[in-house]
Amino acid sequence: MITPRSESDLAAAIAGTKTPLWVQGGGTRALGTRGAGAVLSTAGLQGIVLYDPGALTLVARAGTPLAEIEAALAAEGQRLAFEPPDWRALLGRDGVPTLGGMIAANASGPRRVAVGACRDFVLGARIVDGTGRVIQSGGRVMKNVTGYDLARLMVGARGRLGVISEVALKVLPAPEATLTLIATGLDQSRALDAMARALAAPYEVTGAAHRVATGTTMLRIEGFGASVTYRAGALAAHLADFGPWRADHDPDIWRDIRDGAAFAGQAGDVWRIVARPSAIGAMMAGAPVDDLVYDWGGGLVWALAAPGVDLRAALGGFEGHATRIRGADTAIATFGPQSAGVARLESGLRARFDPRGVLNPDPVE
Amino acid sequence: MDMPRPDPAILADRARIVARLRDVVAPDAVIADDIALRAYECDALAAYRCPPMAVVLPSTTDEVAAVMRICHEAGVPVVARGAGTSLAGGALPTRDAVVLGLARMTAVLDTNLTDRVIRVQAGRTNLSVSAALADDGFFYAPDPSSQLACAIGGNIAMNSGGAHCLKYGVTTNNLLGLRMVLADGEIVDLGGAYAEGDGFDLMALICGSEGQLGIVTEAVLRIIPRPEGARPMLLAFDSSEVAGACVSDIIRAGVLPVAIEFMDRPVIRAAEAFTRAGYPDCEALLIIEVEGAPAEIDDQLARIKAIAAAHNPLEIRESGSDTQSAQIWLGRKSAFGAMGQIGDYMCLDGTIPVNALPAVLRRIGELSDEYGLLVGNVFHAGDGNMHPLIIYDANRPGDLEKCEALGADILRLCVDMGGCLTGEHGVGVEKRDLMGVQFSPDDLEAQMQVKDVFDPHWLLNPAKVFPLPLSAGRRAGTP
Repeated sequence: MITPRSESDLAAAIAGTKTPLWVQGGGTRALGTRGAGAVLSTAGLQGIVLYDPGALTLVARAGTPLAEIEAALAAEGQRLAFEPPDWRALLGRDGVPTLGGMIAANASGPRRVAVGACRDFVLGARIVDGTGRVIQSGGRVMKNVTGYDLARLMVGARGRLGVISEVALKVLPAPEATLTLIATGLDQSRALDAMARALAAPYEVTGAAHRVATGTTMLRIEGFGASVTYRAGALAAHLADFGPWRADHDPDIWRDIRDGAAFAGQAGDVWRIVARPSAIGAMMAGAPVDDLVYDWGGGLVWALAAPGVDLRAALGGFEGHATRIRGADTAIATFGPQSAGVARLESGLRARFDPRGVLNPDPVE
Repeated sequence: MDMPRPDPAILADRARIVARLRDVVAPDAVIADDIALRAYECDALAAYRCPPMAVVLPSTTDEVAAVMRICHEAGVPVVARGAGTSLAGGALPTRDAVVLGLARMTAVLDTNLTDRVIRVQAGRTNLSVSAALADDGFFYAPDPSSQLACAIGGNIAMNSGGAHCLKYGVTTNNLLGLRMVLADGEIVDLGGAYAEGDGFDLMALICGSEGQLGIVTEAVLRIIPRPEGARPMLLAFDSSEVAGACVSDIIRAGVLPVAIEFMDRPVIRAAEAFTRAGYPDCEALLIIEVEGAPAEIDDQLARIKAIAAAHNPLEIRESGSDTQSAQIWLGRKSAFGAMGQIGDYMCLDGTIPVNALPAVLRRIGELSDEYGLLVGNVFHAGDGNMHPLIIYDANRPGDLEKCEALGADILRLCVDMGGCLTGEHGVGVEKRDLMGVQFSPDDLEAQMQVKDVFDPHWLLNPAKVFPLPLSAGRRAGTP
């Protein structure tokens, strides 16, 4: 494993490589298959470079453990609002989740439905591309349209255009209070209706999830205490048809949704499907799955399927995409295909930023 | 400010190109008359003007694709234009360019309240998107000051923000999908009416690419339930430093207003003279707006009041009615017009870390004295997006150049303090030659390589964003 200790070492390692490099932060969520070559770890690039709570800004190096970032934020009453998930239990991996890994995966949790994804909180980044060139993009300010947004392009690119060495993030205040309204016994279709109605109301719902196996529907409200009490009451009244709703005050009940914990100990393949909430109920109605957990008000569904079932093929064409995040059958691709036009643009970018194809190459490349 | 010399071969071919364009759009959708073309010689950065070779106003994506194929074949530069409200010269053409205007593409194609999305043609104006949703209790959040006139396509090109993006984000945070036409006429769809894609975030590139990567013809936008209510509060201070510290304390206390607007004395006085909004005559004024139910608003304003009180404000004025709210916003919303009463102005758009506000304001004051030009500051304080307005006299020889030099000094200052050249207006031609202040040659080369992928022949808005000497080879077809 190559573990550079500085950005210039990272650049030299990439520039000088003769083999493919498998880039990882803590190795906690590596998806897809790895071929021959060396593992390039960012774990040696550590440390918070700047944290300014009054400006809601944090800058840190890619290998900084996420736990260290979250602890620093918590000490100031702030947080990463997009709620990055921890998939270690789900994927059966260990290791230390890092900032860079989170960025490369665009890892976002239940609050994505209200505040946006990881990519929405990236203000700037320093990147080393596949030629070893160091590129800076964006900055550490909230609004920035100076040049193309290469920093955001790197979010979710899984290290295939460059290795992030440092990133600037927008952070937000952590709420004073959290309350979850819970209903039980709704079927899928009614639960999807309830979540859609909740998210269309002006009560700032920051989580909307439904677990099919238990028939549990959860709606989260956060903020100052009195405001949470008011909005929870108004929302329960608004959704009285779907009730009764009971209140739960433990914020941690959202961790299981965030981390896909329902399927952590269970055998089978795990799929993550992003689709239109208005279409997802009908899509999943006849699908070959053993269990489902809806998040993002139905914009995301976690599915547990028998090993080797190609759920993507079973669903056919739909607006969105299906990713198999756990499963052994190599005949099934982790990610679905892109349209021809998008694929051509993506390979054009790969050719510019990683002309030798050394960063996390696809088996087919 | 230089622009490339028009290509004589294209100018000589003008009649044939115009005739071909007339074949693919409605008869009245090609403008080639010299008088009529004058309407397209500039955008809201009116200091720079040049009429284009022709203007095309397509009505559909297929027509845009047909226009692009013709221009691609003939090697004609294409400048996309939404509503022409760019403050950076984003829609400024050259003599050999075709302006592709989106003004006829204004339809709402789909609204889905379950998915909380609206799909519109890219020429639709920002405010009319929200207007189409008003009966359903939703709105589209980014609200640039020009929202009555500016088009969604232009908002995407410049990643527009507005006063309320402290809470709701800018265009890139509210765009879910788009349809675009590439330089060679190929139609590509990115994203859609769902949360996110699984490939490279190409939409992140398109947002803020100033019409250089493709022509966006349709957009899928995230829509948000309208809050129960909103109410502003006005805070007056006798120093900018104290006002800046108050902003920082509010944010640290966990209150996240939808807007925190800042005005300094020159702007307060101009706005007051222009609107009689009843503003106190002071060094710095904050307008802070919060949202929610009446009791929630009361609670948030009480928290802000308590924080502000520790900074000894000259006045705290809380709105108690819609009329009072409108009165508080009146001067701020008219600030640019009010400054325009004093003279010609250039509006800058640098963004700085919030804690650098006092130092930057002090230095801008010094620069203003050195150059002998009045500078007023009105800006989005919550996110550090400054809008210094430099007053000059366009009829006085040398004044524009002096104003440009002062503007450049202010933008260099923003970058030196950890900020950037432009927060929401875009680079255009205005900040093009300053890009080297913020970026290294490698940074700019990487950005130009992105353009190479989308637009290999550099036909789309080619003379913008990148300093001309850097892009010369690519524009000439010899990278």
